[in-house]
Amino acid sequence: MPNLTEIRWHARAGQGAVTASRLVAETAMDDGQYFQSMPEFGAERQGAPLRAFTRISSDPIEIHNNILNPDIVIVLDETLLPTIDVCEGMKEDGILLINTRMTPEEVREVSVEVPAGVQVRTVDASNIAVETIGRDIPNTPIAGALAKVTNVINVDSLKKYVKNSFAEKFPEKVVEGNIASIDRAYEEVH
Amino acid sequence: MAEKKQTVMAASGDQMVAEAFRQANPDVLPVYPITPQTIIVEEFDKFVADGKVHTEFVPVESEHSAMAAAIGASAAGARTVTATASQGLAYMWEELYVAAGMRLPIVMANANRALSAPINIHGDHSDIMGCRDTGWIMLFAENAQEAYDDTLISFRVAEHPDVMLPVATTLDGFITSHALDRAELMDDETVAEFVGQYKPAHSLLDTEDPVSYGMFANLGNFYMETKLGQRKAMENSFKVLREAGAEWEKLSGRPFEFVKTYGMEDAERVIVVMGSSIGNARAVARELRANGEKVGVVGLRVFRPFPAYDLVAALKGAKAIAIMDRCETIGGQGGPLWSETVAAMATAGVSIPTRNYIYGLGGADVTLEILYQIYEDLKELPAAAEKGDVIGVTYVGARTSAKDSQSNLVANSQTAAHKG
Repeated sequence: MPNLTEIRWHARAGQGAVTASRLVAETAMDDGQYFQSMPEFGAERQGAPLRAFTRISSDPIEIHNNILNPDIVIVLDETLLPTIDVCEGMKEDGILLINTRMTPEEVREVSVEVPAGVQVRTVDASNIAVETIGRDIPNTPIAGALAKVTNVINVDSLKKYVKNSFAEKFPEKVVEGNIASIDRAYEEVH
Repeated sequence: MAEKKQTVMAASGDQMVAEAFRQANPDVLPVYPITPQTIIVEEFDKFVADGKVHTEFVPVESEHSAMAAAIGASAAGARTVTATASQGLAYMWEELYVAAGMRLPIVMANANRALSAPINIHGDHSDIMGCRDTGWIMLFAENAQEAYDDTLISFRVAEHPDVMLPVATTLDGFITSHALDRAELMDDETVAEFVGQYKPAHSLLDTEDPVSYGMFANLGNFYMETKLGQRKAMENSFKVLREAGAEWEKLSGRPFEFVKTYGMEDAERVIVVMGSSIGNARAVARELRANGEKVGVVGLRVFRPFPAYDLVAALKGAKAIAIMDRCETIGGQGGPLWSETVAAMATAGVSIPTRNYIYGLGGADVTLEILYQIYEDLKELPAAAEKGDVIGVTYVGARTSAKDSQSNLVANSQTAAHKG
């Protein structure tokens, strides 16, 4: 499947990685893509490291297994970097997108061994979330950053999806905050 | 009829089963929650609270009670559904026979999951294969879409006067039950018309036509004749499943085949598998076929009644067959899918070497590597069969030491062991 993009998420339980993977998948759905999104269910407890997987494709997706060789790895919590090999199995020319204050160069220097061909991108999604949404929920801004660094989802489709789906559940201010967080992450990603 | 309309959903398999239950609008749903089925009843409970169904939702204190209540409700004439998994299904076991023997058209969703011990909440077929002899019709969905379609078709076959048997509509735990997938939801009117109203010929609450259920049948062969009746009903279900499936295909555009084949027009090395791993096998077969290798996949969607005719028709040109079982039958010669397939071929006079692979137990990841290895392994099978050294099963994806890769094949040849 040449059009298949595989994303692996690393986060801690409670940070919204499952919601983020759903956000990306449903945005892709609205653009007529096929998708799959599955968290890896283990012992559910707040703060425990978890992984989630998202597949996006223009063709129907028939495989049902964990993603071992991701095109994109997204890390929602930088404190995972010293303990978890987030680059494990990554494609040689993959993209590593991290929620951190660090620049990509700093990530390479101090934090984690990244294969040479892998492109490191960073965005301070937590800070953006605090300033726009009012809480450290980095999942919406990280989706905005993803839209910038890849073409797997479109930023306008993402904003449209957030606007429509969040409006059912949240007050307008929260919806606007989320939209603003996408705009800022889109602009500020390194 | 208004024009039919399908909506694309981003939903888990469990959500799609809940939607199918909502559209069938059952009279009674007794249930006890258990992972990974829980989403089905959580979602359904919301439909009840929102007044979207007229269902009597009965939260009981155990799965044993859930099936007991389902039996009572169904005998009373109610369209009855429930859902369970794993230990819950095991706890229902004695009553599964009662539901089938009383010819009650209960529809039960099972999110296939491992059985303890050791405790494990993930997907395999250990639980559901425990009820393969109970007299229930058993369907295996490959994905969320099939979980939805199978559930709707279940009502048609269960409640058909020529069948009147309970149906287990199953989906693989977590892999299908919890993963977000793309699936199409048919509009409520079209489904209501397809599923129809349940009008039992006899029911406990019909005072004009008093009947008893589950009578004592100790003498005079009535017990045996009841079993013969169940077998005939199960045989009748082939036709009803085919017809209901064809009708659903006309409405939805999606075929319902007992046996799904890929590459079988010329395949020599074939994988036979059920549930969520069918697509994995197909993806690998597609790659290999692009390189000119004659490989194929046969995926079963219906396990009870066992589609021996369709299966043998699909397999008869093969030279080596891998039969994959996602459960163990320790002490037996092979898993249930293997036993049935081999028996079906032998009965039809078809002799092709087979090897039984045990895979994915307790949710062990079914990597594509595993499937490549099986196709590779099949190359040697005809020669091994010549030598008569093919007794026993082969584990895939199990480690025998810490250094092993997950995808090792562990041939567990019992030929020597059998000789003692």
